[in-house]
Amino acid sequence: MDGNLNALTTVFTEFYYWVTVVFMFLIHVGFCMYEVGASRARNHMHTLMKNIMIIPLVTVTFFFFGWWIYWAFPNFPFWGGLDAEAGAANLPWADTMATNLGDRITGVFWAAFLLFSWTAASIVSGSVIERIRSSALWVHAVMIGSVWWIIDAAWGWHYGGWMVRLLGYHDAYASGVIHAIAGGYALGVIMVLGPRLGKFSKDGTPRDIPPHNPWLLTIGIFLIYTGFWGFYAACNVPAISPEAIDGQITGVTWTATNIYLAPTTLSAITFNFLMSLSGGLMAAYVVSKGDAFWTFSGGLAGIITASAGNDLYHPIQAMIIAAVGVVIVYNLHYWVERRFKLDDAVGAVAVHGYAGVVGLVISGFVLWGVPSSPYEGYATINPVGQITGAVIMFFVLGFLPGWILAKIQSAAGVLRIPEEVELMGLDYAEHHAYEDAKAAIIAADKEELAARGVAAK
Amino acid sequence: MSTNGYTSWAVDLAEVGPIYPFQGYEVLMVIVGVVFWIGWHRIQFVREGEHLEKARHTGDEEKVKAQLERY
Repeated sequence: MDGNLNALTTVFTEFYYWVTVVFMFLIHVGFCMYEVGASRARNHMHTLMKNIMIIPLVTVTFFFFGWWIYWAFPNFPFWGGLDAEAGAANLPWADTMATNLGDRITGVFWAAFLLFSWTAASIVSGSVIERIRSSALWVHAVMIGSVWWIIDAAWGWHYGGWMVRLLGYHDAYASGVIHAIAGGYALGVIMVLGPRLGKFSKDGTPRDIPPHNPWLLTIGIFLIYTGFWGFYAACNVPAISPEAIDGQITGVTWTATNIYLAPTTLSAITFNFLMSLSGGLMAAYVVSKGDAFWTFSGGLAGIITASAGNDLYHPIQAMIIAAVGVVIVYNLHYWVERRFKLDDAVGAVAVHGYAGVVGLVISGFVLWGVPSSPYEGYATINPVGQITGAVIMFFVLGFLPGWILAKIQSAAGVLRIPEEVELMGLDYAEHHAYEDAKAAIIAADKEELAARGVAAK
Repeated sequence: MSTNGYTSWAVDLAEVGPIYPFQGYEVLMVIVGVVFWIGWHRIQFVREGEHLEKARHTGDEEKVKAQLERY
């Protein structure tokens, strides 16, 4: 770090991303609470452990190969080979992937992307609760968290990605690259996995399976909102000079940028985050007739719908786009549930997947002709590029891989838990030691109490 | 054509102001936003009134007592 300004910029950027990572941890806390609150009491330890173990499994695999994929795959395989040069510094054996005074930033960048990976995997985890085998979900978590989403990030969420260059793909806060892909992946898995026992009556009418702890669920989703702030900040470059961008921007004015190094401001994303949250909450309250959990989820779906263009929208546009998205998403969720008898236990396919797709499509029209990148020769944002991008995210990189892997797992008999265990509850079947210990200590205490009662008489 | 007036970022950012789409329509956007907000209150008043009216006629004395006991 030569020169005071360079040192200050590096340390500021390093610290900025580090703080976003800490905030984003709350997303995972929120997902855990939401899933546990939504599951029935007889499954909640299993549900918690299923989600918690996403953290280490996705982390180690993202260290081994996920981060390298991001740097090596921007044009691979359709528009060029692997970018070995950019990838080299991000291989697990590179000295930059370790304590190194010559590189102070790779670790925090890696962690910021890693937290997105946890989120992608956690979205899938929510929709499959109470009937998937943990071992099966954890393979899906690695695949969505350290392979498929990071390929889509290399293609459509990288300043040199082919989707950005050729399609004008624009997805500043990850409507598609996190939410559409994870929702699509979850849909592929639940199509093979099947619904929870009792979810549908004999005539096919869906039954509501209420959460066992609505308050835990409420706090969970508020933590997800909080972590989402960190996510938004992590999607930006906080301060960079035109010289460092090395694109077409002239002059010497520093700016914050989105992931594509195109200019935006923290002010813009603060306005738009809150206005899209509000639009989503208001629309969801009306459309769900005051259902608390759809209202909360609608706030999230509103942000996700507006996220593709929240670096550029006017706040009122963000609010209206969020509201429109939520109405579509809510109705689509129930239509799919009735029509295809699919059990999306926490509405993850709808809140993340459908909202992400709708957000991409709307942004293609509202931002038509706006430059996607500061670099020369890139396509501008357009509806065809955004719709194509939505199909790639939701279907090609999300739904198909999830469906194929779930089919393989199903054929091998390792996808779904036995019916007997599902009825009995996973906490007894898999955590019998806890249940037995609890029963034993309660019996011992009762015995002690009874003995004292006898002695007192 | 571009909805925000810029077709490339080959500009000096010192001379750039708003970059949101449909500049010049701010007042219209505010009107749409206010209609959305007022409309929301209207829907809520009507729905809650209907709900409460329905609810006041469905009370079963035993169920009400049970609710009181529930605290």
